[in-house]
Amino acid sequence: MNMKALKTFRFWGLAPTWLLMGLTLIIPIGIVAGVSLGDRGPYGGFDWALNFSSYREILFTMGWTDELEFDPKYLAIIGRTLAYGLATTAICMALSVPVAYVIANARENWKPLLVYLVTLPFWVSMIVRVYAWLIILGNEGLAEKAWKLLGGGDVDTFLFTPGAMLTGMVYSYIPLMVLPVYAAIEKLDPALLEASHDLYGNRWTTLRRVILPLTWPGLSAGAILVFVPAIGTVLEPMLLGGGKQMMMGTLIQTQFGGGRNWPFGAAVAMVLMALVVIVLILNARRAASAGKEAAA
Amino acid sequence: MSDHAHDIRRYPGARLLTVVFFLWLYLPIAVVIGFSFNQNRLVSVWTGFSTEWYAAALANTALMDALQVSLTVAVIATTGATLIALAAAMVLSRAPAKGVYRLSEVVVNLPLMLPEIVVAVAVLILFSQLGIANGMLKLTLAHMAFCTPFAFLPIRARLQGMSRDFEEAAQDLYAPPFTAFRRVTLPLIAPGVFAGAMLAFVMSMDDFITSNMLNSGGTTTLPVYIFALIKRGTTPELNAISTLLILASLVIATIALLASARAMRRDI
Repeated sequence: MNMKALKTFRFWGLAPTWLLMGLTLIIPIGIVAGVSLGDRGPYGGFDWALNFSSYREILFTMGWTDELEFDPKYLAIIGRTLAYGLATTAICMALSVPVAYVIANARENWKPLLVYLVTLPFWVSMIVRVYAWLIILGNEGLAEKAWKLLGGGDVDTFLFTPGAMLTGMVYSYIPLMVLPVYAAIEKLDPALLEASHDLYGNRWTTLRRVILPLTWPGLSAGAILVFVPAIGTVLEPMLLGGGKQMMMGTLIQTQFGGGRNWPFGAAVAMVLMALVVIVLILNARRAASAGKEAAA
Repeated sequence: MSDHAHDIRRYPGARLLTVVFFLWLYLPIAVVIGFSFNQNRLVSVWTGFSTEWYAAALANTALMDALQVSLTVAVIATTGATLIALAAAMVLSRAPAKGVYRLSEVVVNLPLMLPEIVVAVAVLILFSQLGIANGMLKLTLAHMAFCTPFAFLPIRARLQGMSRDFEEAAQDLYAPPFTAFRRVTLPLIAPGVFAGAMLAFVMSMDDFITSNMLNSGGTTTLPVYIFALIKRGTTPELNAISTLLILASLVIATIALLASARAMRRDI
């Protein structure tokens, strides 16, 4: 292929991607940024403007006497979102290391099957997975029966508790953690474990000083893959958290449904996106410096 | 046993934890499938085996309408996403990883990096600004966007692992570029394309957040319809519907994962 044909080929190969992503992502997100600066429309919708009142509304409310009062109610939602995101990520990390370690040390012909079994539930519709936990944790569900069988006292309900939320969130996102951690542990050189043993390191020293540091790239990749969707989640707070556990995703959703304050919803969406972008940038910088260290 | 106690690669409890983990992973799926055959109207009280809820589900016209919307959107979005991803992968696997090409690689994968709720809101606002009322068009375009990376990744991986000798041989034998692509490259990367299309299809069929945000009369997809049913209360019929969706997802995902495992084998 000559140079000109190559250029034409490359242009037309990438043009559809840019057109689609431009139309459905890049331009729309620019518009959201614009709407977040706009005024609330009388019946939903919005009017173009240039003010930060929607962002101010996240922190302050207008008091009866037209003065701004600090109101932590939305800040609490942002805090809760981050707390659930971090807790979900931490639990997924803690569970993934032993599971991935056992899979990596399983018999060679079992490994692909076990990896497949970890992945499979991820492909089941999110709504069905959350619904399943709704039945299990619901009134007279399996969880309640098991609890009573084990001699636990009376419970009102397991639903609408932080435990229910975390169960649903960890269940939804854990395959995204197990896979990268498995990939990292699988690459571990067994000779390093033996060297640690020869130097009188016991299992736990080996875990702490050899396995975990070498698995860190997998763990941090998994942390991004879990944290980003976890802080944007909508279904778990709506179904497992009841009305009491509002998160940023549900807050955004209500502003475009019943609540109907588009500029405010857009402002919260921009804050959520900013949080994600900060995490992605921190991760890219960490990966770059880790790459430099490895090269040095 | 003493052998195990000294094996430094064994961690006491890790195996047990892994077994419990897998049970926990499949418990919810098993519960939904199990209770879908429950005779009782109350979801969690087992009174006997019955398939009546499947009959009820299949006779439910609102459900069938939702299924039709889901399938229509998924087929169109998958076709579009796969073609777009294939074109991008063909270019990006052979271009230098810098400048506009590096940026394009990011742009293809953009839907994976941004929170879906933000993208859904963005699409909603854009189309309301453009005054486009056609619900199916909005839904299909939005689905096409988030399906594209899922189609792109397996195709890209397959092209990466493939030797270019065959394609160059075809060109040496005076095959025009498009003929070389159609007769040589495409058959070689077919497993990757197939796997990508299947994953895109499952993602589209299973999506809730975007479909719910863009939902308007006549564009209720299956997951959005299921959500409305859940809000009305848990019923065995809901379990039967969920079971059918679970089975469809598992079968398609299995086929896709097998195809993609084949595509990753670098035997060519």
